[in-house]
Amino acid sequence: MSASSAFNDEKGGSSSVGEPEYGHDPASGGIFSSDYKRHDDLKEMLDSNKDSLKLEAMKRIVAVIIHIIWNSIFFFIGMFCSHCSSLQVKKLVYVYLVRYAEEQQDLALLSISTFQRGLKDPNQLIRASALRVLSSIRVTIIVPIMMLAIKEAASDMSPYVRKTAAHAIPKLYSLDPEQKDQLIEVIEKLLADKTTLVAGSVVMAFEEVCPERIDLIHKNYRKLCNLLIDVEEWGQVVIINMLTRYARTQFLNPNMNESLLEEGSGGDRTFYGSDEDEDEDEEEKEKKAETPAMAKRKPYVMDPDHRLLLRNTKPLLQSRNAAVVMAVAQLYFHLAPKAEVGVIAKALVRLLRSHSEVQYVVLQNVATMTIKRRGMFEPYLKSFYIRSTDPTQIKVLKLEVLTNLANETNISTILREFQTYIKSMDKDFVAATIQAIGRCATNIGEVRDTCLNGLVQLLSNRDELVVAESVVVIKKLLQMQPEKHSDIIKHMAKLTDNIQVPMARASILWLIGEYCEHVPKIAPDVLRKMAKSFTNEEDIVKLQIINLAAKLYLTNSKQTKLLTQYVLNLAKYDQNYDIRDRARFIRQLIVPTEKSGALSKYAKKLFLALKPAPVLESPFKDRDHFQLGSLSHLLNAKAGGYQELPDWPEAAPDPSVRNVEVPEWTKCSSREKRKEKKVEKPFYSDSEGESGPTESADSGNFSWLLSDSASGSESGSGSEESASRSESEESEDGSESEEEEEEEEEEKEKKKKKKELKKPVQESERKCSFHANVYQPSLYNWALVSMTLHLVLCLQTIAPSSALKNYELLHRITGEGLSVEYCFSRQPFSPDANMVAVQMQFTNNATADTKNLHIEDVKLQSGMRVKEFSEIELLPAGETATAVMGIDFCDSTQAANFQLCTHTRKFFVSIQPPVGELMRPVFLTENEFKKEQGQLMGMNEITEKLTLDMKCRNEHTIVQRVTTAANLSRVPCGSDKEFAGRTVSSSSLVLVTVATKEEGAAQLTVNCEKMVIGTMLVKDILLALTQ
Amino acid sequence: MIHSLFLINHTGDIFLEKHWKSVIGRSVCDYFFEAREKAVEPENVPPVLQTPHHYLISIYRGKLFFLSVIQTEVPPLFVIEFLHRVADTIQDYFGECSEGVIKDNVVTVYELLEEMLDNGFPLATESNVLKEMIRPPTILRSVVNTLTGASNVGDTLPTGQLSNVPWRRVGVKYTNNEAYFDVIEEIDAILDKSGTTVFAEIQGVIEACVRLTGMPDLTLSFMNPRLLDDVSFHPCVRFKRWESERVLSFIPPDGNFTLMNYHVSSQNLVAIPVYVKQSISFFETGPCGRLDITIGPKQTMGKTVEGLMVTIHMPKAVLSANLTATQGTYTYDLATKVLVWDIGKLNPQKLPNLKGSLTTQAGTPKPEDNPSLNIDLKIQQLAISGLKVSRLDMYGEKYKPFKGVKYLTKAGKFQVRT
Repeated sequence: MSASSAFNDEKGGSSSVGEPEYGHDPASGGIFSSDYKRHDDLKEMLDSNKDSLKLEAMKRIVAVIIHIIWNSIFFFIGMFCSHCSSLQVKKLVYVYLVRYAEEQQDLALLSISTFQRGLKDPNQLIRASALRVLSSIRVTIIVPIMMLAIKEAASDMSPYVRKTAAHAIPKLYSLDPEQKDQLIEVIEKLLADKTTLVAGSVVMAFEEVCPERIDLIHKNYRKLCNLLIDVEEWGQVVIINMLTRYARTQFLNPNMNESLLEEGSGGDRTFYGSDEDEDEDEEEKEKKAETPAMAKRKPYVMDPDHRLLLRNTKPLLQSRNAAVVMAVAQLYFHLAPKAEVGVIAKALVRLLRSHSEVQYVVLQNVATMTIKRRGMFEPYLKSFYIRSTDPTQIKVLKLEVLTNLANETNISTILREFQTYIKSMDKDFVAATIQAIGRCATNIGEVRDTCLNGLVQLLSNRDELVVAESVVVIKKLLQMQPEKHSDIIKHMAKLTDNIQVPMARASILWLIGEYCEHVPKIAPDVLRKMAKSFTNEEDIVKLQIINLAAKLYLTNSKQTKLLTQYVLNLAKYDQNYDIRDRARFIRQLIVPTEKSGALSKYAKKLFLALKPAPVLESPFKDRDHFQLGSLSHLLNAKAGGYQELPDWPEAAPDPSVRNVEVPEWTKCSSREKRKEKKVEKPFYSDSEGESGPTESADSGNFSWLLSDSASGSESGSGSEESASRSESEESEDGSESEEEEEEEEEEKEKKKKKKELKKPVQESERKCSFHANVYQPSLYNWALVSMTLHLVLCLQTIAPSSALKNYELLHRITGEGLSVEYCFSRQPFSPDANMVAVQMQFTNNATADTKNLHIEDVKLQSGMRVKEFSEIELLPAGETATAVMGIDFCDSTQAANFQLCTHTRKFFVSIQPPVGELMRPVFLTENEFKKEQGQLMGMNEITEKLTLDMKCRNEHTIVQRVTTAANLSRVPCGSDKEFAGRTVSSSSLVLVTVATKEEGAAQLTVNCEKMVIGTMLVKDILLALTQ
Repeated sequence: MIHSLFLINHTGDIFLEKHWKSVIGRSVCDYFFEAREKAVEPENVPPVLQTPHHYLISIYRGKLFFLSVIQTEVPPLFVIEFLHRVADTIQDYFGECSEGVIKDNVVTVYELLEEMLDNGFPLATESNVLKEMIRPPTILRSVVNTLTGASNVGDTLPTGQLSNVPWRRVGVKYTNNEAYFDVIEEIDAILDKSGTTVFAEIQGVIEACVRLTGMPDLTLSFMNPRLLDDVSFHPCVRFKRWESERVLSFIPPDGNFTLMNYHVSSQNLVAIPVYVKQSISFFETGPCGRLDITIGPKQTMGKTVEGLMVTIHMPKAVLSANLTATQGTYTYDLATKVLVWDIGKLNPQKLPNLKGSLTTQAGTPKPEDNPSLNIDLKIQQLAISGLKVSRLDMYGEKYKPFKGVKYLTKAGKFQVRT
């Protein structure tokens, strides 16, 4: 569709009003016009005697001519545009092509070659927009070309082009669904993309093309969770909705144990009306059937991936975008353990301040939530109070929520609130309020009488609608305990004289008929009056009159026999066949004749059976089987393309499917560590004596030195210690005792390998996480002073490869076989003391040799410098090489971006340092430390209180964790745990103090001239200590 | 996702349509017009409608309906939020979002819609990115454009979409570097007949106007951040910093934007600045009633209340009002039955009072319902919750910016029941 036609239509619309609208600048849209009808008035205008009108007409004629020429030449422009260097021209051509392509398909085909050229343009934005236009041309002939272009763009270097490729996928799919398989391949490839730009778009493509292929998500699940917060807001919505579905298939129901507990506590039951009890009984039965199975089941442990999803989505509740907030809310509602769902209430209540359309959707969802989890919104009851200025549909929804929230404690407030609503001018709303009161009364027994009295008072209201609605509600309420309320029935009988609303009249008649034994004197009289006005009544009233007559005939035939006959005779000749039918049927049933069948004996049973009280339930009751926040939920009907929210699985599918390649190298490195331990062991075992497991080089040499072997028993070797830290107590003990028994290293080695095999796959994940905690040998400076040279040498040789945290620079897939990892080796960079040393490890996994590895095109923030490593001339296939480069980060955590070049390819990579790596340890005595600290007070001091992690309460682990997080050295003999260092570039002092108090409480103080560094460091150390 | 968009004015004319996939006929809007008819008030049109083949999701903004057509399942809020973003963008570009303005700038609006959605999925919705691609019109530029034949499509490419701070333009330069923040608080309250507070909360928003060169990194801290009950942020705000330190740390977008919204809900913290004494009654006999309203200051924190205004939606039966106001003027609109009393500044020495009689339609019963009073007011230089910005620091750039914070308290949905 083009701008022009909209413009024309607008013209058409306004000209129909009468006075044609002339005053449009032809340049603003007229030239693009393709519709000629609007020029009907041209002749009129030319004939007019006003010069201005003539001029306007001429302008438009010219515009039409331009348009015709334009149409024919514009594709030629497309041909030429590739010769034109101006970006503006190129872009304009693209914009116009999209607009016209569908109208003029043949001509559009002529321009395809331009786009194909555009796809090769060195500028990524041109490549992207060429793809965007190409994929928007809906001509089936070019499907193969599009497919090729998408495939190519999917492996483009620029994430923006890849994003465009993701956008193009659904376009191609809608054009030709047969391409699905090929497109899925592309989606799979793009799902593995690590940039936030692509993530949202590709998940959108996934949802449109192959939402059933949940297996594609496994490998990317964790990545998506981690990227989520940085994805643009629209992408977030799509990803969260998809992940909700994914989690439902992969994880266990976090509430399954609670649902068992619930069964035991029947306390809640009384809240519900009898009706709901029945439903729940059934549910309970089901549950009971499941119970044996459940009891056998292990206590529920949440899958760490499940937790990851919940944790990473929570901050998004603070998004400014209502759709994102709603998406997170539904995720929590569907996936979170009961105790945690509450967090979403506040955010949802906040959305109630937004535009009325947003309110409408949010309230619908809140209404569904309140049925299942009432407690969640109870504190926000007042936020749902209604203002007279709200639109009616919002009022009704709020009323629904208030009704759902009502319970014994708040019912009095709610009823008081309802009282004010009844006085409202908005009659629809008043009617809804009365129904709401009725529902409160049925649900909460204590207030039933109060409500009933209130409703009876409403019967004298002047507004008929109010009265009618009250009658209907009272009728329902009375059915619950009719015997108590004969006076109300009497009162209502009197109302028949005045009320004209048919539904209300019918309700009254039904009531009187049903409970005629409570009002034996009045009932026949009512029938008499009704018989008189029978012919003038509405159909539904007539039916009830017949019913009333029949019932009275059965109970009190003496008085009403004639009346009944009369009514039935009238009904016999009614216009409505329903009524004639009913009359005939009833006559046969109740009036005894010689022919009357067996049925008439049971007439009394038929008519005067005890009828169950009606159920007043929320229209939102069963809506939660639709995914909340979805269109289907809102409409309470399945919308096209809606993906059912699957039920929780009985047993969790294998969680290892989500393991990605990355843990593989972690495993590798831990294996390496084990090897290294061989080297360490003899050395350490000398000093440690019997304690067996070694204090490895990378675990807190300070505490080891200073606090003797007190901490020795607790620590294992690098890999083990951290493993056991994250494992349960039990296994820790096990491994330790095991180890203590071991004397021979080799045996131990074997045993461990066995153990390794036995360990569940999940462990590899844990390793991932503990990698952050693995201690790094930062303290060799201080070690120089306090330890033997022997140890130092040993440390230095093993340090870099064993325990330093490795970061990935280039994955072997993106690097086409070349993988690069880097770590901050924490050694001084000899060519330039102001640089941080980065040790890189190149591994050539490809079959061919890689040559001429070097760095090019370094892009840095101002002030930053890089000392490149010397070119690696040859890296044979399967070999590994290391190199060290220096980067002066200028004491900022800005990333250094550069290209890593081989003889064939270039890869964009970036290195971003954690703040802890931007410093080097310095040796200070305690006095010096105190003195320096004294000078860095006030603004430069940041204090934070924290509670230490359970596993991190002893001095040894604290020291270890702090030094892992930051390259600092400990001040010896300090009363508190004090650490000192200087930033690498500017040599500003960094002083850290951890003062521990009772029960794990502690205070962290960081003094640093550079406040930014200080605050970031505090955060990192806090994390290290509390995790 | 979003298939098509129709813009419809309040008389029911479709004056602009845009399709992102294949074209959908206008007849689809008939279902909407039907619902529009049924709803009487435009606010009451259900935002989501179901038709045999499509779903219609609409919003009502500035007397215009933005109607989008959907074919498959999509979160309704996603569409609603996007439509509001479209309206916001139009407002941002042309100063207002009305039929006239859109018609005058139909080409620019079209270009905007083209860039905002690709195949129905949002592509660029950040105003900074859009402005880079499509320049907002100015009088000067439109003159130049007509003379030179240039268009207002920017000749730069949307580089902003590539950066990791997509909300900020690159290469921003100003001679005067300034950062202004407006802390605006609205009191939402319901007072009952006797003047006791049924419900009160404060909705706050911090609007920023930042014109700073380069890539500044700002940190805004509060004296009393614990006050804030619930917050939502512009995407530029680093959430982690807020969690741990309760400061707002962000690289701002260029120009005007909403930095954060917050909520102070605990009721005892909410000061109600005025009290209202009112009595509105209708007599059983005779077609008339009485009205007497007095407003006085309550908790104003020593500031003057300005822009005081009372709006009353009268019952349908009220024909005319014969009142005298000791201060300000009143108007009664017969068609809409709205009584507006514009008071202005509140003088604590001489309380404004509105008194007089109401005439109701003869023959009709006395109105059952009492109208509620909607109060509007403004207090300058005060954030009623007591929130105070303590400081603004800038990192990453060397110059010194001008900084300023302004406070304003307004009445939001402030209602007195009678």
